[in-house]
Amino acid sequence: MFDEIRSHKGLQLVIGLLTGIFFGFFLQRGGATSYNVILGQLLLKDFTVIKIMLTAVFVGMAGIYFMAGRNYVSLHIKEGSAGKTVVGGLIFGVGFAILGYCPGTLAGAIGQGSLDALAGGLPGILLGAWFFTFVYPEVKSKIYPKGYFGYITFPELFDQETYKVVIYFAFGIILFLSLLEIIGL
Amino acid sequence: MDWFFAARWSPYIAGAGIGILSWVAFLLSDKPLGCSTAFVRTSGMIETFFRKEKNQDRQYFKEFIPMIDWEWMLVLGIMIGAFLSAIISGSFSLDWVPSHWSGTFGPKAFPRIMTAFNGGILMGFGARWAGGCTSGHGISGTLQLAVSGWVAVASFFIGGCITAFLIY
Repeated sequence: MFDEIRSHKGLQLVIGLLTGIFFGFFLQRGGATSYNVILGQLLLKDFTVIKIMLTAVFVGMAGIYFMAGRNYVSLHIKEGSAGKTVVGGLIFGVGFAILGYCPGTLAGAIGQGSLDALAGGLPGILLGAWFFTFVYPEVKSKIYPKGYFGYITFPELFDQETYKVVIYFAFGIILFLSLLEIIGL
Repeated sequence: MDWFFAARWSPYIAGAGIGILSWVAFLLSDKPLGCSTAFVRTSGMIETFFRKEKNQDRQYFKEFIPMIDWEWMLVLGIMIGAFLSAIISGSFSLDWVPSHWSGTFGPKAFPRIMTAFNGGILMGFGARWAGGCTSGHGISGTLQLAVSGWVAVASFFIGGCITAFLIY
């Protein structure tokens, strides 16, 4: 049944749009599409963004691993290395703080009327992503292989049973979020 | 129904909603939530529109074909969803400068737009370098317990926090 839905191209575009509408609604109502909230997070004054992300990870992880265990879904693990993930991530982070939105919340900010996202951020991201296509072959062959760790997950890294690692992460997230509430952030 | 019109929801409710959406995306579309490839595909489509010769031979665009796909529609949906949310709660407003910015740098639009533009260049470049953004790595990668996802989100926040403290 799911194979039929997944292979239907037109239907997939509609599902993508509907998923996005809910995603944008939750991001906006949660406060994550606001420059003030995002900078508050990066300045460690307002932990709204981390709370949204970790709750999404908690709920998402439980469901995805439950369904993966029953072969309803398959995981999509991205390849990683220090040269790719850390270097790219740090460049992203610097841009994230200067812009004040990430790619998803930028789209949401445009929807809620933030004109700095529309007139500044959007052309900037399009241009930056386009620049990367020119350096990609060079970066891929010279920098990506540095500190390579590949497609690994934490259950594989720790060589532990998957359900145990899911439980460790679930408890870790609850503990971290509780601490934030206790210290009033 | 008051909750439906409230300006803000608890971050835990919003986060749980996004977590459930990730189930739907995996189940119905075999896709993790992610946003940043939609931008590079758009750049590719714009380039194709302006190019004289039609052949795109850059390796990147062979791996990420410039086209409207599921993820592109997702990003379009985010704009629509955020618009609906803002209209329903009465928080929609056309603003050139966020208040946190104007409190430090003043209310002029031009400096804010130029800063956002430059930040956007770095972020778009970095997202494609790292192979994902705060959604693809930060939510979808982490919830699958991918080492790359957690390393990426740590790098995003280390780079972001240091830069934010330098700016403000």
